[in-house]
Amino acid sequence: MTMREISPQPTQQLPVQLADATADESSLRRFLFGLPGVDPVGIEQRAAGLATRSIKRDSKLAAIDMAISMVDLTTLEGADTPGKVRNLSRKAMMPDPDNPETPQVAAICVYPDMVPIAVSELKGSGVKVASVASAFPSGRSTLEVKLSDTKIAVEGGADEIDMVIDRGAFLAGRYGTVFSQIVAIRQACVSARLKVILETGELATYDNVRRASWLALLAGADFIKTSTGKISPAATLPVVHVMLQAVKDWKAQTGQQRSVKPAGGIRTAKDAIRYLVAVNEVAGPEWLDPYYFRFGASSLLNDLIMQRRAQLDGHYSGADYVTVD
Amino acid sequence: MEWEYSPAPESSAIANLNDRYMPFIDGAFKEGDGEDRDTINPGTAERLCTVSTVNAADIDRAVKAARRAYQHVWSTMPGAERGKYLFRIARAIVERSRELAVVETLDNGKPIRETRDFDVPATAQHFFYHAGWADKLQHLGLGAAPQPLGVAGQVIPWNFPLLMAAWKIAPALAAGNTVVIKPAETTPLSILVLAEIIADADLPPGVVNIITGAGDVGSMLVNHAGIDKVAFTGSTAVGRRIQRELAGTGRKITLELGGKGANIIFEDAAQDQAVEGIINGIFFNQGQVCCAGSRLLVQESIANEFIERLKQRVETLRVGDPMDKNTDVGAINSQAQLGRISALMDAGIAEGAELWSSSCSLPKNGYYLSPSIFTNATPSMRISREEIFGPVLTTMTFRTPDEAVMKANNSPYGLSAGVWTEKGSRAMGMAAALRAGVIWNNTFNRFDPAASFGGYKESGFGREGGPSGLAAYLDTDDEAVAG
Repeated sequence: MTMREISPQPTQQLPVQLADATADESSLRRFLFGLPGVDPVGIEQRAAGLATRSIKRDSKLAAIDMAISMVDLTTLEGADTPGKVRNLSRKAMMPDPDNPETPQVAAICVYPDMVPIAVSELKGSGVKVASVASAFPSGRSTLEVKLSDTKIAVEGGADEIDMVIDRGAFLAGRYGTVFSQIVAIRQACVSARLKVILETGELATYDNVRRASWLALLAGADFIKTSTGKISPAATLPVVHVMLQAVKDWKAQTGQQRSVKPAGGIRTAKDAIRYLVAVNEVAGPEWLDPYYFRFGASSLLNDLIMQRRAQLDGHYSGADYVTVD
Repeated sequence: MEWEYSPAPESSAIANLNDRYMPFIDGAFKEGDGEDRDTINPGTAERLCTVSTVNAADIDRAVKAARRAYQHVWSTMPGAERGKYLFRIARAIVERSRELAVVETLDNGKPIRETRDFDVPATAQHFFYHAGWADKLQHLGLGAAPQPLGVAGQVIPWNFPLLMAAWKIAPALAAGNTVVIKPAETTPLSILVLAEIIADADLPPGVVNIITGAGDVGSMLVNHAGIDKVAFTGSTAVGRRIQRELAGTGRKITLELGGKGANIIFEDAAQDQAVEGIINGIFFNQGQVCCAGSRLLVQESIANEFIERLKQRVETLRVGDPMDKNTDVGAINSQAQLGRISALMDAGIAEGAELWSSSCSLPKNGYYLSPSIFTNATPSMRISREEIFGPVLTTMTFRTPDEAVMKANNSPYGLSAGVWTEKGSRAMGMAAALRAGVIWNNTFNRFDPAASFGGYKESGFGREGGPSGLAAYLDTDDEAVAG
């Protein structure tokens, strides 16, 4: 077999055993296949077990505030308009006008052409602007198109780029292709943080999720993210367990702390709290920070606000007391 | 960001505890003539309530009631009718599951998460499963009309008080026997709540008799001349004594005794799930499980890194108040048991093994122990050979599959084993070579009423659960089958 060099090479400094893994395509494949397997029965049992944690009183309010501050408030529809993005931006800065101490969300997540609108709306607020890029959601285009997509978002002022991997290439075993595309987009991000969407619903197995997670981390992903939200299943607890374990293991090997973002299908505060429990107990409390953990969601925020109010007021108000944006 | 979970205690009021409990004999709760015993909440070391115990005359009364019920009602009742009673009991267990879970946690010390999600549901399942068999005994492959044995004398331990009651009572009744059963003296409450359920189900008087007391009561029961079958779950020492005492009586015996289960981790295992499996294998029910995976055998090529991962995970176990819904590891059942565990741990340290314990803080009152791991243990140490019956894991390494088999089988016990590998052929080969009654592949401590459970060697004989568990309560002598 010919040794195919992977180019471009990531700019990050890695410990020697990991640097070797990306030397050429066959090394990369060997490395990924050398990762320990994931037993589906076991991981699902563990995820279901942790989901029974009972979070009450003070710890619940703390969790709700934490979850709000971790939301990437998302609109990724063909029907998006500047008006919709403006509404959402205001919501991001002031999620609950009746309770102004409610934390801001972490970011707004939009398509590249909406980035300048979100940027001007959110200026000075501390809320980041994230943009999907790289032929989102399918990723089925040439690298050239993916790079110019990314460039448009970055030049528009995006702080964060949510790219998708080429799942076709991954499933066909062309790991070098997936890897070098991530590296190229990483470079096009300049200083923006890069979230790499694995689209775990299409990768299908936990073994693939683990391999794709490591592949993305090796290529320089700041975040590994589960899903586009356009494919079912989107984020699931066991999948996020695998990804949290990957960033924990990455930190143990490199000292670098990378971030995780589940996206899609997380609609209730109860769901969000289950993810936070997983972050706390699988990765560790140092990941309980909007810099290291995000929720990609659109409807989740309103449920968090409703539950937050219920905690403060002692009773539920109702959907009409929370704005629909 | 530090995020402390607020306490989430289950309400002890749900247990609806009485201040006094009485034995259940011949369909009625009546004062026994033995000495009263207090039962203690291991989570707080405080008294829960008082239990009246039985003496020899009470035992005699119970056995006679069981005999009458056997002869006149239960053995002649059509199987379908027996099944109805068992279904009724199973449904009532489900209906009162929350109460049963709280009672069990208060009396035993195991976390409410376990009683709620495991003990009580598994108890109901056991009754449901055997209820279905009651009218299908002719399909067990034991002949056209397998006959019951008569009166069963049963003695059960304190580690799964309610579930063990179900393991004993359900198959005995499905097969047409009547029972006299004795729970452990430290955990009589959940079975006495089960007695209420049995009474409410209008089970004919004498079919199930529950007698209370310590080891002397159990000994009188199994030696009683009116007993046709003895089933015992508990320590190997007591099991050995029972077998000696009953030798030559012709009485059928099933013994489910101790264990020192080997959990074998190969270098190609799914490591994160293997870590979970080890935790479940040794810290489930504070390690007070006869089939606990108490001997960890790790392949040397991954041992250091793997044990480091295991320790990190053990650090995240939440140890404390059993009534808190977020507690993973609760209280040791009694002061005496805590003493036995500690003595064995001291022996391990004295023999040169390295002890590591979780840095978790423990409640002031109650019987608690930090989850612990011994490394650098050798096969000759007491901690490698004797059953510790506590949250203490002994780890050793191996280099080849043959060595793993040799080390795993090198034990007087043979109840359970675990094999962790992603390679199917290796798992099958190991299962064939290991001398243990239950072998789990890529999981541990999973139970199902349809799967038979039991041991090799000093772990006992006879099976519980599944068709072979029913056979233990039926006359399977050749002439009877032929007849």
